[in-house]
Amino acid sequence: MFEQLINWFPEWARPFIMPMITIGIVLQVNLGVCSYLILLERKLSAWMQDRIGPNRVGPWGLLQPVADMLKLLLKEDVIPGHVNKFLYVLAPGISVFTTMLAFAVVPFGPVPRNLSATDGQFPYIIAPGVDLGLVFIFAVTSLAVYGIILGGWASNNKYSALGAMRASAQVVSYEIPLGMSVVGLALLTGSMSIEKILLHQVDAGILGWNIWFQPLACVIFFAAAMAEAQRLPFDLSECEQELVGGWHTEYSAMKWGLFFLGEYTHVITISFLTSILFFGGWHLPWIAEPDSQYLGSTLVKVLVLLTKSFAFIIVIQMLRWTIPRFRFDQLMGLAWKVLIPLATLNVVCVMIVKQFHLNEWWLLPMSAGLFLGAGLIGTQSSRPFARKTLEPVAEAHGHHAHAH
Amino acid sequence: MPINPKDIEWVEEPAMNFWESTYLPAVFDGLRTTGQHVADFHPVTEFYPEQKPNLPSHYRGVHRLNRDDKGRVKCVACMMCATACPARCIDIVAQDAPKDDPHWADRDKFPKSFVIDELKCIYCGMCEEACPVDSIELTNIFDLTGMTRQEMMFDKEKLLSVFDQTKDTVGNPIRTHKGKLGHASDFTDLHTLGPATTVRADDRSAKANSAGVIE
Repeated sequence: MFEQLINWFPEWARPFIMPMITIGIVLQVNLGVCSYLILLERKLSAWMQDRIGPNRVGPWGLLQPVADMLKLLLKEDVIPGHVNKFLYVLAPGISVFTTMLAFAVVPFGPVPRNLSATDGQFPYIIAPGVDLGLVFIFAVTSLAVYGIILGGWASNNKYSALGAMRASAQVVSYEIPLGMSVVGLALLTGSMSIEKILLHQVDAGILGWNIWFQPLACVIFFAAAMAEAQRLPFDLSECEQELVGGWHTEYSAMKWGLFFLGEYTHVITISFLTSILFFGGWHLPWIAEPDSQYLGSTLVKVLVLLTKSFAFIIVIQMLRWTIPRFRFDQLMGLAWKVLIPLATLNVVCVMIVKQFHLNEWWLLPMSAGLFLGAGLIGTQSSRPFARKTLEPVAEAHGHHAHAH
Repeated sequence: MPINPKDIEWVEEPAMNFWESTYLPAVFDGLRTTGQHVADFHPVTEFYPEQKPNLPSHYRGVHRLNRDDKGRVKCVACMMCATACPARCIDIVAQDAPKDDPHWADRDKFPKSFVIDELKCIYCGMCEEACPVDSIELTNIFDLTGMTRQEMMFDKEKLLSVFDQTKDTVGNPIRTHKGKLGHASDFTDLHTLGPATTVRADDRSAKANSAGVIE
């Protein structure tokens, strides 16, 4: 439908037109959605705590994001005297840049199957046909930790440095289960391309959604992705109660706002990925099938995907106000003792199924078995702060004193 | 001295059962709780400037000086409140009541000036407790503002006008109608006031006519 527009440009510029339009739409929508997600999160937390939440700006507080944005723009942008200015200014930029870049390979609608950059079809993805989509996402989102480390280091503040150190340890640890959890999907689909993983599920119908074969991987992916995005219960790097603001303690005005924007974009990316990788993307039986051609079916497919992603955003936001924050040793223990072994064993299960050409449905009991096994081990393992001896140590001393 | 180990009661971390050690049931449990609050939404928030809080009548806000049945200030300038005040924010200058004036015929003393520094006051209500004639009372006015410190020094006229404003409002009733001044004004001679702590019966403070009188 954009053919006329594309043909108006010279030959060499034509491949860039559709990506530019898509980038423009995605950026604008993302900015608007992020600000309203912040309002939603504030409202949701208020409802959970029997409060009303922001309700003064506009009807039901709907203009609150506008007011917040204006405030962030008009506020004095303080750059403290003791910071490394170059890195200090660079850090929020990196934070937003990497999270936005990760969204480039995430399809947000039914990507046409025979897409070329110049045929005028709307691609519903910024960078179509990236065969290493999954690897690209993990490579780019792990770059986001640079923004955090640089911000924390350049701030020259102990809280910031502590937050940045925690964040780097956390992101490095959770990178592994995050990557391992989707290796099974790549093996099952035979491709690392997110579009292909989506289409593979769509063609197989609702019983082909990856959640049936990889439920454990879904849980691991979701938990690890939340840790990667520094969301509660894994937000140790910025935990307000201990570290003031963590790595963004010294940031103010729009620079702080950029960090926040990066965080929310990350949340959106996670939600899209979860619904695409495990829940069939835009597929919904009878309503949005690959061969449904009724008027507005494309719009319905987009809406289905957006609804699924929105549901995950809601879950992430509700979890934030439900679960208390992990202690740091618990956080590391969860990654290294639970998620990484489980994800590895899960990959082994997929390998077994593929190697011996077993029915893929064997993966469901296998995942359940792994999960239950992990629970069983959890009941047997000792806890780090349990008292080691039942005999009080002070008793010997008391006896000694009595003898005198 | 070390604590006797028999006196130490060790509280062990309870062992986790199977479902607890898998994390997920606890997560869903928590989500159910928070979800119920969202679904069954009963906010407790008050819209403050539009909707005033319904304060109890024992709320301790701005002071007032009560008037007696003749419209005079009830205060007899006994300095009890100023003595009781832990913040030392009450300043009273007493004056002998004019003997020849029939208006003051039944009174010995009255406050010439009575100033409370509302900024120093910690609103503990000790003055109200101490007052023998129920003159000083705390109202439930809580939203007190002023542009200068001088403005916040409430003098006798201002405190009396607080009484005039609040005496008919809900939550600030005139709390005593006994006697012209209050229950203490009916006493012809004072009871022996025991000290706050137990003392021997032959202690001089036990036999004192009124608290603080020491021969």
